[in-house]
Amino acid sequence: MGISRRKFLGWIGAAGISASIGKPAGASSISQFSGFPDSKGVLHDITRCVGCRSCEDSCNKINELPEPDTLFSDQTVLAKNRRTTTKAFTVVNQYISKNASEKPVFRKIQCNHCLEPACASACFVRAFTKTPNGPVTYDPDVCVGCRYCMIACPFDIPAYEYDEPLTPRVVKCTMCAPRIEAGEIPGCVSVCPTEALTFGKRKNLLSIARERIRNNPDRYIDHVYGEYEMGGTSWLYLSGVPFHEIGMREDLGIKSGPELTSGALSIVPMIVGLWPVLLTGIYGMTKRKEKNAFIEQEGAVAAAVERANHESIKKIAAAIEKERLGKKKAMEAAEKEKEKGIK
Amino acid sequence: MSGEIITGKKTVMTPFNVIAGMVVLMGLIITAIRFTKGLGAATNLSDYNPWGIWIGFDLLVGVALAAGGYVTSAAVYIFGMKKYHFAVRPAVLTGFLGYLFVVVALHYDLGRPWRLAYPFIVGWGTTSLLFEVGLCVALYLTVLFLEFSPAPLEWLGFKKTRYLAVRLTMVLTIFGVVLSTLHQSSLGALFLIAPSKLHPLWYSPYLPVFFFVSSIIAGLSMVMFEGMLSHRAFHDKMDEEHLSESDSLTLGFGKAASLVLAGYFTIKIIGVAAGNHWNLLTTPYGIWFLVEMIGFIALPCFLYAVGVRDKNLMLIRFTAAWTVLGIVINRLNISVIAFNWHLPASDRYFPHWMEIGISVFIVMLIILFYRFIVTRMPILYEHPDYKGEEQ
Repeated sequence: MGISRRKFLGWIGAAGISASIGKPAGASSISQFSGFPDSKGVLHDITRCVGCRSCEDSCNKINELPEPDTLFSDQTVLAKNRRTTTKAFTVVNQYISKNASEKPVFRKIQCNHCLEPACASACFVRAFTKTPNGPVTYDPDVCVGCRYCMIACPFDIPAYEYDEPLTPRVVKCTMCAPRIEAGEIPGCVSVCPTEALTFGKRKNLLSIARERIRNNPDRYIDHVYGEYEMGGTSWLYLSGVPFHEIGMREDLGIKSGPELTSGALSIVPMIVGLWPVLLTGIYGMTKRKEKNAFIEQEGAVAAAVERANHESIKKIAAAIEKERLGKKKAMEAAEKEKEKGIK
Repeated sequence: MSGEIITGKKTVMTPFNVIAGMVVLMGLIITAIRFTKGLGAATNLSDYNPWGIWIGFDLLVGVALAAGGYVTSAAVYIFGMKKYHFAVRPAVLTGFLGYLFVVVALHYDLGRPWRLAYPFIVGWGTTSLLFEVGLCVALYLTVLFLEFSPAPLEWLGFKKTRYLAVRLTMVLTIFGVVLSTLHQSSLGALFLIAPSKLHPLWYSPYLPVFFFVSSIIAGLSMVMFEGMLSHRAFHDKMDEEHLSESDSLTLGFGKAASLVLAGYFTIKIIGVAAGNHWNLLTTPYGIWFLVEMIGFIALPCFLYAVGVRDKNLMLIRFTAAWTVLGIVINRLNISVIAFNWHLPASDRYFPHWMEIGISVFIVMLIILFYRFIVTRMPILYEHPDYKGEEQ
């Protein structure tokens, strides 16, 4: 159902698989897509993040983004609840616990590069691609600017260049796809001084994450965020505090974006196939009813006419008879008169 | 002489025309701002709120209220309610103008409107509900154009072409109902992908069904509501049949609307039950949900029924207007009011005055086009050359 799943199917073997063959693997498929094998991801160990913002800085330079509003050394912005924007693919936020004795927690926010991205399935020009390497990339050359991807994204990641009158683009983290392609690691990961970010194959990252939880059960919440959320994401998170306390939604469920809409989409061909039959049937029945009503009416009219005719014939006969009798009587009367006169 | 000039001026400078002129002027100015300075200059859209009233009102409400076309033509041609034949042309005209201006309004909202056809040229994004909406709206606009075409062809006197167009009526009607079923429901299905953003009372796997069923209600009510307005403005343009049968149409459509509203109310309750969201009904959003459920679904259902029983045409027409308002509220709830309900107030959306300005401008253009057409073409009356012809 997702672009990813279709491409995945094509990729695992059936070379030259046509779009028409790829499609049935969608809504009605019972197979489960659990990501491209060996695709890359990043593990963000939130307990290790110190909020230095080096990742923001590095991201800005590598992706040639506009100058930030304040310097990356400015720590005061951490306290604000920031989100990704057209100027920043990634931001780090600080979360202060209600318990004052506990240290503040820092969390890095960027595109999670879902295994089956909601943005990609929502896009009606297929501007988004889930690459086998892991990154979800965006092609501004086909984008129409409907912004349905932004509605679809459960993590509120894509930003839009609203102030650009002619060439507005959707803006989001690319996971440094070109660098990964070239065998390098993403910019943010490369500069993290505390190894709060680990780049690698997603399946290896999951093992690392589980091992860390096993070795330090007091340090971590027993959950790898992103393993199953929204069908799984390439970015994975470990935290020492409940995820909802640091602005991460725990109510997203484990269904991927495409799964949420596949039911509705699967009904479309049924309606196309059956509605004309139903409607023509109703039309036919209405026509037939009208025709029957007409025939009945005709019959009734004919019967009424016949009855009327019958009655009128009787009436005429009676009238003729009456007249005949009247005439006879008159004749007889006249005869009598005549006889009287003769007498 | 001078008296004539004054009266001549007076007929043009009616209060309505003055207001219309001002609205159009405002619309043109905002249009210039929107297309030279970008969406940011004319809207309050943000990264959290990518869709505002240009989608919530112009698209969602626009399409729902343009449902009169398929509802009326289905009633007359498929269900055989021939006595409502007089209402088909005005309903199809409104449907056609409604969809046409939905597409016009979409150009304001899209970042790069000149790429509107890209989904069908560059990338067939068939996994997107929006692709389905786009395809169906494009096809249905064509269908509506063809359904409407006999009127201008009669006006222009192209008898042969008109004959061809009229012969297509049945096929077009069936196409129209199929396409309407699909895209009316798909507009609701657009939001299926965002369960974490739309309030649980409005989010439901049944959203497509809710949208389709409420579009029937919108169509029926809009035909009555519009008929009421047309009677005020264009009484002189209506022929004998139109004048004499419109009361019977109001009674018939009122009865149908009451029935469909009852069904809609039931499935909306089933939606709450299926999600087991009863506990949310006492929250502020829950109360607003109840206002919609009781005030704009249950109440009009009841009022329509009373109006039909008492043959109270005034009540039915008032209810029609009330129901139309209810549809507007429902579509705005889903796209704007209950969308992103979890965000703090500072991240929520409220339309910029220019967004409202463009929406008013679009509605005004529809009214002006409607007036232009009904005062010239045989819409509210039968053309004398084709009177009594089976269509």
